[in-house]
Amino acid sequence: MSAREGHTATLFKDNVLALDSGASLSPVNVGYMTYGSLNEDRSNAILICHALTGEQYVASEHPITGKPGWWERIVGPGKLVDTDKYFVICSNVLGGCLGTTGPWEVNPETGKPWGLDFPVITIRDMVRVQAALLDHLGVENLFAVIGGSMGGMQTLEWLTTFPEKLHSAVILASAARHTAQNIAFHEVGRQAVMADPNWQEGRYYEHAAKPDKGLAVARMTAHITYLSEDALTKKFGRNLQSRDSVTFGFDADFQVESYLRYQGSTFVDRFDANSYLYITRAMDYLDIAGRHDGRLADAFQGAAHVRCCVISFSSDWLYPTDENKRVVHAMNAAGVPVSFADITSPHGHDAFLLEEPEMDQMLEGFIATAAKARGL
Amino acid sequence: MTNSLRPDLKLIADMIEPKSRVLDVGCDDGSLLSYLVDEKNVDGRGIELSQKGVNASVAKGLFVIQGDADNDLNEYPDDSFDYVVLSKALQAMHRPKDVLINLLRIGRKAVVTIPNFGQWRVRFDLLTKGRMPVTKALDKTWYNTDNIHFCTIHDLFDMVAEENITVKDFVPHKHDGTRLNMGRRRANWHADQALFLLEK
Repeated sequence: MSAREGHTATLFKDNVLALDSGASLSPVNVGYMTYGSLNEDRSNAILICHALTGEQYVASEHPITGKPGWWERIVGPGKLVDTDKYFVICSNVLGGCLGTTGPWEVNPETGKPWGLDFPVITIRDMVRVQAALLDHLGVENLFAVIGGSMGGMQTLEWLTTFPEKLHSAVILASAARHTAQNIAFHEVGRQAVMADPNWQEGRYYEHAAKPDKGLAVARMTAHITYLSEDALTKKFGRNLQSRDSVTFGFDADFQVESYLRYQGSTFVDRFDANSYLYITRAMDYLDIAGRHDGRLADAFQGAAHVRCCVISFSSDWLYPTDENKRVVHAMNAAGVPVSFADITSPHGHDAFLLEEPEMDQMLEGFIATAAKARGL
Repeated sequence: MTNSLRPDLKLIADMIEPKSRVLDVGCDDGSLLSYLVDEKNVDGRGIELSQKGVNASVAKGLFVIQGDADNDLNEYPDDSFDYVVLSKALQAMHRPKDVLINLLRIGRKAVVTIPNFGQWRVRFDLLTKGRMPVTKALDKTWYNTDNIHFCTIHDLFDMVAEENITVKDFVPHKHDGTRLNMGRRRANWHADQALFLLEK
């Protein structure tokens, strides 16, 4: 599919976006893409929520990297999320760096990029912006909201915050809270960014050099958490990179090192370091049960009419099966109709983006029967 | 007839009041639940261990959780269902008594079916051959069977009595689902399987 120009909407012009932190933003720009068209009943809209380093280009070429859409395997004409049938919306999250207001954008009050003056945001704040975008698009309610990883966290917050706008929801490889280990890995990534002298307390926008080294290290660390030991062993083992023996130095002797360095170096071309800080922080702050005295089920009381599907992957140690099951048990206790499977996969957390026939089969059955129930 | 159901599952379906809430533990491909949803308008949920069973159930529009009764039943709130169904699976549980108590904690009633290890062919097999019986209903050898806690009709009656559980209905039947009109003593000799409708 060829590159398509994205859209930008300017929201919260006359009112403000009240954030969980107590701060507020006005206006808020949102970069987004749509695929397919809204039917006459306005009943066929699907919102896709992207993960930490994703964006709105779910089914079309990325404008910077030129790579195909990040979920073209699932979203497109005749695909599992069929854009001939459904109106698919995907927007860059609040705090992101591809068209949506974030720390890189100019603060209207100072005329300079926000940097660290940008308010700290939450997953629920991202969802509030998405809800405002739907109002702007004339979409009153959604046939489905679908998301994996941080996209799944947004989907969960849709269920807690705007359940009345939902018919069904799909949550893949996700969690309703960040554990100590999740926070720990994110902190390593943030410290790597902040330790880069080019970061300059977040004021690098005014300089030629960006904190690329720090951000690359952050990405390398995070990337390990998206895979599994088995996947790494299968893919790289102890294989050497274009050499016959180790060099007794600190070059990338091993293929896995070379691979991670490449992942890090390409990431900095498409992502803003401060955005990375803000979005990882939003994920760390996620603790849906914490808002309900530890009772996660209470968060889903308003969602008993929403058809839900939760999928975890056996080798995912970032958002493991048990964290997904916690969500499922809470939904059950709240009377939310939910299906769940733990797909056996060697691919770790990234499995949700990869070819997983059992996942596809489950999603296909879920979406088809949910559509039937809505008369689509 | 929009829906044809295996005769032994039909016996279970006959126990379920229309428009009730039903949890089917070990729901396989969702045949029973789907029948109950279509024909009796129940609000049905399932638990199933196999991915194949989960996917088949979801494709029928059912809500099914991949998991096992030994562990996952603990997570369901008290009295959240009118009926909890456990079809020919009690003997495969690690802690069958705990599971049974859990069924009646979660549901007001439980429909439990068991293969009857007291049936005369099983007894005759063990008596004459001196080896663990392999029959149509119990078709695996001792070392590869999932059935680790066999019981007879008498055994189950004894256990539910111990736990002060009431047997509201008892339907001994043949492998093919044919009802046998007999009391528990004769049924323990003749029935391949038996259905128990239990209540706290």
